Amino acid sequence: MKQGFFEIVENRPLTDSVYKMVLRGDTGAITAPGQFVNILLNGLYLRRPISVCDVSGDLLTIIYKVVGKGTAQMAAMKSGTLDILTGLGNGYDLTVSGEKPVLLGGGVGVPPMYMLCRELIGQGKQVRVVLGFNTKSEVFYEEEFKKLGAEVTVTTVDGSYGMKGFVTDALKTMDYTYFYTCGPEPMLKAVYKTSVTSGQMSFEKRMGCGFGACMGCSCKTITGYKRICKEGPVMRKEEILWED
Amino acid sequence: MGRLNVNLCGIELDNPVIPASGTFGYGYEYAELYDINCLGTFSFKGTTKDPRFGNPTPRIAECTAGMINAVGLQNPGVENVISQELPKLKQCFHKPVMANVSGFSVEDYAYTCEQLDKEEQVGWLEVNVSCPNVHGGGMSFGTDPKAAAEVTAAVRKVTKKPLLIKLSPNVTDIVSIAKACEDAGADGISLINTMLGMRIDLRTKKPIIANKMGGFSGSAIFPVAVRMVYQVANAVKVPVVGMGGVTTAEDVVEMMLAGATAVEVGAANLINPYACRDIIADLPRVMDAYGINTLSEIIGGAK
Repeated sequence: MKQGFFEIVENRPLTDSVYKMVLRGDTGAITAPGQFVNILLNGLYLRRPISVCDVSGDLLTIIYKVVGKGTAQMAAMKSGTLDILTGLGNGYDLTVSGEKPVLLGGGVGVPPMYMLCRELIGQGKQVRVVLGFNTKSEVFYEEEFKKLGAEVTVTTVDGSYGMKGFVTDALKTMDYTYFYTCGPEPMLKAVYKTSVTSGQMSFEKRMGCGFGACMGCSCKTITGYKRICKEGPVMRKEEILWED
Repeated sequence: MGRLNVNLCGIELDNPVIPASGTFGYGYEYAELYDINCLGTFSFKGTTKDPRFGNPTPRIAECTAGMINAVGLQNPGVENVISQELPKLKQCFHKPVMANVSGFSVEDYAYTCEQLDKEEQVGWLEVNVSCPNVHGGGMSFGTDPKAAAEVTAAVRKVTKKPLLIKLSPNVTDIVSIAKACEDAGADGISLINTMLGMRIDLRTKKPIIANKMGGFSGSAIFPVAVRMVYQVANAVKVPVVGMGGVTTAEDVVEMMLAGATAVEVGAANLINPYACRDIIADLPRVMDAYGINTLSEIIGGAK
């Protein structure tokens, strides 16, 4: 974990409510895809945890959806400097992917799949990506994943773009050695049930500090109590205990 | 003696700044960021007799200038704290540490304190009779002078270490409770714990926190804390540890003027993990600005 000040280099909408922000600063503490950063905003008490989409040199890319006061404030920023804690969370473990991993991202669960995809392809893996959205107007980053060299399937719930259905409908048709996923909890549960291999999934919870001090985001797992912000947000399929 | 030194119940502190229990774990998350030996001491995560997972999530809600938490005393239990956590704490912190204790019965409190009393690094016991987040738990002891005195007396019997009782602000007469604890053998009073609060999500029309209510902390509660520290410090002879919304070096000075011998910093650590280090570094500047030579001379200075 490291605290740093990041300069906004780019901040633009990808869809009606999803924005991409590129920041320049010390990215040295970010060690794995699937980690997150925690951003301090004017007039708001708690920092905003946002997943890392990509890191390249001193550039940090985040993609966020406007859902409340904090993200609305971020969306309105044209320039400036942000106080950010980086290197939070465990991130995905790439060493267990096998040769043909599948990456499943749903909605704002798509961004962390990007850095993961880039790194897995960098290791010579044959990567398949499934990007799930509700409808065509919500789709983003399809081309970016294709440019990395991944085989990309887009699903929409209403069938207005790509394959009609959920990411799990695409998953059922695939042959893969391992899965990585991030998205809303109902999607994670569906992937958990549908997947035929081991895998890792990233969870989201309301956090206090984001670095393991306050115990605000604890959960129960097969291997004991864990903090989503510290021992998570990525959990292995085998350790997950669904709360309901 | 430096300008920042204070003496808390017979133990010398390099400065009065103490991260509050529940916001600093056992120190090692913060030790990744800075050398935590710059602190006066810190109060480690509230410890109970048995391991506790705590409350369901969500446990956190944001407020204007503060936050509500309902963690519910998640901790691995006193046995694991002693065998697993204290050895790790010792690696990164080399001063006497404050052990924070909670319980569900007088016997629980006494048992947990007796175990922690045997630990050499524990300098003070801070007994929490004020957790708002546990049903039938700590706060029922902290809202009644007799019950608070009963816990104090029971713990007093099992330890010779300085004993602080941490009080709740969610009471009608804080002074009577503080005095009852003093009479029962407390060496000091810590206050205030969080204020009972609640937020409701307009979209779901339900409480944000799974436990519905929780403890409100952060800079918003600072004036309430100053007032209560002032009231208690003027009513008891033992030292008072002041806390509640402290965020800056100015806040520390104000809390000491109200009567605090040492000052705990809670929620501020969660937003700025360097908060305590920064406050300590800033204290000499603030003292100079207000013509203060040593901090120990200003304790209770506001009459």
